[in-house]
Amino acid sequence: MAVTTSTAANCYHCGTTCEDNQYILDDKPFCCAGCRSVYQILSENNLCNYYQYNDTPGQRTETQQRFDYLDEPSIISKLIDYTDKEITVITFYIPSIHCSSCIWLLEHLHKLDNSIIHSRIDFLKKEVNITFRHNQLSLRKLVELLSAVGYEPLISQQDVVKEKKHSVNHSLIKRIALAGFCMGNVMLFTFPEYLGLSSFERQFQFLFGWLNLAFSIPVVFYSARDFFTSAWASLKNKIINLDTPLALIIAVLFLRTAFEVITKTGPGFADTLTGLVFLLLMGRWVRQRTYHHLSFERDYRSYFPVGVTLLKEGKEKAAAIDDINIGDRMLIHNNEIVPADSILMKGEGWFDFSFVTGESAPVQKVLGEIVYAGGRQLGEAVEMEVVKPVSQSYLTGLWNNETFTSSDSKIRNFNDSIAKYFSYAVLVIAFGSAIFWMMQGSSGKAWAAFTAVIIVACPCVIALSTPFTLSAVLGIFDKNRFYLKNTDVVEQLARINTLVFDKTGTITAPQASTLKFSGKLTEFQKELIASLARNSMHPLSREIIKGLKADTFYTVNNYREIAGKGISGIIKGHSVVMGSALFTGAEFTDTADSSTVHISIDDDYLGCFKIKQQWRSGLKAMLNSFGPDYKFHLISGDNETDRKDLAEIFPAKTPLSFKQSPQDKLEYIQQLQQTGRKVMMLGDGLNDAGALKQSDLGVAVTDNINNFNPGCDAILDSSSLPEMPRFIKQAEHGVRTIKKSFGIALIYNLAGIYFAVQGTLSPLTAAVLMPLSTITIITFTSISTHYFAKKNQLK
Amino acid sequence: MNILYFLIGCSIVVALLFLAAFFWSIRNGQHDDMHTPAIRILFEDDKPEEKIDPLSLKKPRPKESQS
Repeated sequence: MAVTTSTAANCYHCGTTCEDNQYILDDKPFCCAGCRSVYQILSENNLCNYYQYNDTPGQRTETQQRFDYLDEPSIISKLIDYTDKEITVITFYIPSIHCSSCIWLLEHLHKLDNSIIHSRIDFLKKEVNITFRHNQLSLRKLVELLSAVGYEPLISQQDVVKEKKHSVNHSLIKRIALAGFCMGNVMLFTFPEYLGLSSFERQFQFLFGWLNLAFSIPVVFYSARDFFTSAWASLKNKIINLDTPLALIIAVLFLRTAFEVITKTGPGFADTLTGLVFLLLMGRWVRQRTYHHLSFERDYRSYFPVGVTLLKEGKEKAAAIDDINIGDRMLIHNNEIVPADSILMKGEGWFDFSFVTGESAPVQKVLGEIVYAGGRQLGEAVEMEVVKPVSQSYLTGLWNNETFTSSDSKIRNFNDSIAKYFSYAVLVIAFGSAIFWMMQGSSGKAWAAFTAVIIVACPCVIALSTPFTLSAVLGIFDKNRFYLKNTDVVEQLARINTLVFDKTGTITAPQASTLKFSGKLTEFQKELIASLARNSMHPLSREIIKGLKADTFYTVNNYREIAGKGISGIIKGHSVVMGSALFTGAEFTDTADSSTVHISIDDDYLGCFKIKQQWRSGLKAMLNSFGPDYKFHLISGDNETDRKDLAEIFPAKTPLSFKQSPQDKLEYIQQLQQTGRKVMMLGDGLNDAGALKQSDLGVAVTDNINNFNPGCDAILDSSSLPEMPRFIKQAEHGVRTIKKSFGIALIYNLAGIYFAVQGTLSPLTAAVLMPLSTITIITFTSISTHYFAKKNQLK
Repeated sequence: MNILYFLIGCSIVVALLFLAAFFWSIRNGQHDDMHTPAIRILFEDDKPEEKIDPLSLKKPRPKESQS
C-alpha cells in the first residue's frame, strides 16, 4: 500500500504538474509516458537544446491518430506541394507550434532522420515546409515521426483543397510598389516646374514631361487596372460603385496629361495621377488585412479527416473520403470522426458530437442506429455502413443550401451608396462648366474646366477615409479579442438590432462546468473515486477529478475499463465501481442522461455525479446594458431543461426555442430577417453554421481562437462576450466618423471646384489640395476612432 | 549641362534596378514570413564537432506558388 502524495514537480517536457513519480528519465520528472518518450527521442538524437530556449516547451499529447491513409497514393498526391524522382516537398499545418523551441526543433528534423533534407517554419501561420527523400521515408513515416515528437500535423479535407491566398496579396503589393516608385520619380521631375524654370533649363521641360508621361503609363495600365475592371463590371450591371468615379478620374487625369505633354501646352497632372493611384491602393491594402492564424472560411471539410479505413472482403484498406460510396463498410477507430451518415453495424458506439452540437458529453448509440457525420467515436473500433455519401450527409447538406452558394452581397456599404449621387453631381458640374465656356466661345477653356472639375472633385478621400477608419476600429477590436473578417463587417455590426444566441458552448462555458453529487461523500471516499477516475481517459472522468480537487491518490488494483459502461478497481481493499446506472447497480434509472456518473463503493450505491454546465459570467449584465431597441432570441438544439434558468438571464418576453435542428436555426434567422430585423447570430458548433451564414453578421464564440470555427464573419473570444454592447457602439461611432470625414472632404472639394469651373486650376493647386485633404482626413479618422474607443472603455 | 541628360538616364536605370530587386524578392517569397527569421537568428549555431549534413546546404527551391 504505497501512498504517493503528489509532489510539486512539474513535467520537464510540458510543465503539467506530475501526479506521481511514475515517469522519470535522466532524473527528470514527466507527467506521462507520452512526454517521456518525446524526451527520450530528443535526447537520443542530441536535440536537448529544445529545452534550452524555453522552459517546458512541449505540449501534452493525449491521442494518437492513425495515419494508414497516408500510404494511399491518391491522397498523397493531393497533399504534397511538389515531387520528383527523389524528393518531395510538403507543407503541414501544426497547431501546437507556439514558441521558439518549436521552431528550433522542427528546423532540426534532419537530425532525427537523415532522409529529411530541409524543414522551415512559418511561425505565424503555424506551418512547416518539409523537403524529404520519399524513397527512404514515406509520408506516413514522416507524419508519425512528427507526432512522436509532439507535433502532430492537422491534415483535414480543407487542407487538401489548398487555398492559395497570398498570390492575391502579392499582386497588390506589386501594384503599390510600382505606383509608389513612379510617384517618387514623377515628383522629382515635377519639382523644377513648380519652383519655376529659368530659360536656360527650359530645354529639360519637354524631357521631364515625356518622362512623367512614361511613368504614368504603367501606373494607369498596371497599378490602376482593378479600378477600371471593377467600374466596367458595375456599369454593366447598371450600378455605380465607388470605383466608377475613381476610374473616370484616373482616365481623365491620364488623358489630360498625355494631351498637354504631346501638344506641349503644359506639364500635365502626372504627379496627382500617380499619387492618387498610390494612395487608393494603400487604402485597399489596409482593407485587406488578414489574420494568419484565423480562418473565416472553414466549412465541414476542415472538421473531417482526409482518409478512412474501409473493410473490403474482410481486409482493411485506407481510402480517401471522397471515394466513399453508399454501402461501404467503414472501420472507425477510437477518436476518429464519422465522415458520413452511417448505420452502426458492430461494436459499442459511444460518440462525442461536440463538433456538431457543442455538447461535450458523449452519446451512446445502439446497433442499427443511424449516426450522423461529425461524431467522434470514443472507445473501441466500430464497424459502420455508409447510408449517404459525404457530400449529402445530414450536416454537410447544409452547405448545399442556397445561402452558401449565393455570393456575399449582404448590405451595400455607405461608400457605394453615396458614390452614385457623388458621380452624378460631379458630372453635372463638369458638363455645366464645359457648356458655359463653350457658349463663351472658348473651347480650350471648356476642355480645361471640364477635366479640372473631374480631377478636383475626386472622391479619393471617401475611398480612403472608409478603409482607414474601419481598419482602426478593427485594430481596437483585435486588442479586445474580437476578430472581424474584413472592414465591411464593421458597417454591418453598426446596423445590428437583433441578437440570436445559441446555448451550448456560446452562453455556457464548456470549461467551467460544476460538479454536483446527489448523495454525500467523505473525504476518503472522494480520494478513492479520484484515484480510480485518474486511470481513465474518458472526458467525464476528467471532469470528476477536476471537480473533486483531491490531491491524494492511491494505487489501483484490478483496474478494468468497459467502454461505454464504466470503470472499476480495488483501492485500499475497497471495490470501487463508477459508470452507468446499470453498471454500478443503481436501483433507479430516472434519467437516461449521459452526463451522469453513478458511484458504488463495496457494492453500496452512493449516488451519482451530475455535470452541470455553467453560464458564462457577465451574461445578464451584458444583456441589460443593451439599449431598448435591441431584441434577443435564443435557439438551442438541446431540450428544455434549462428554460427556467434562461428565462431569468434573458429579459422578459425573450423568445426561447429548444430542440432546433441546424436547418430550423437557419430558417428561424431567415424569418427574422423577413420582418426587417438585422440579425447577429452568435454560435459555436457546426450545427450553427447555417444560421451563422444566413444571419447579417455571424459571430463564432470560442474559448480558443485557434480552434476550428464554422464559417463566419467574426470570431469572438468568449472572455470578451460581455463587451458586445460596446463593440456595437464602437462600430456605430466608426460609421459616424466616416460620415463626418465625408463632410470635411466636401469642403476641400468645393474649394477646388471654385478654381476648376473657372478653368484656372493649376497642376500645383491640384497637387497640394489632394494630399492636404488626405492627411486631414486620415488624422481626423484615427484620432476620433481612438477617442471613441476610450469613451467606450475598450482597450 | 548636357551631362544632366546622361545623369537622369543613369538615375532612372538605378531606380529601376531597385524596383526589379523588390519585385524579385516578392516573387521569391521573402516577404511572406516576417516573423520567423527574427526568432531564427537568435538560435545558437550547431556545435562545431557535429558534422553538418552537406545535403542540408543544398536545398531545392520550393515550388513557386502560382506565379
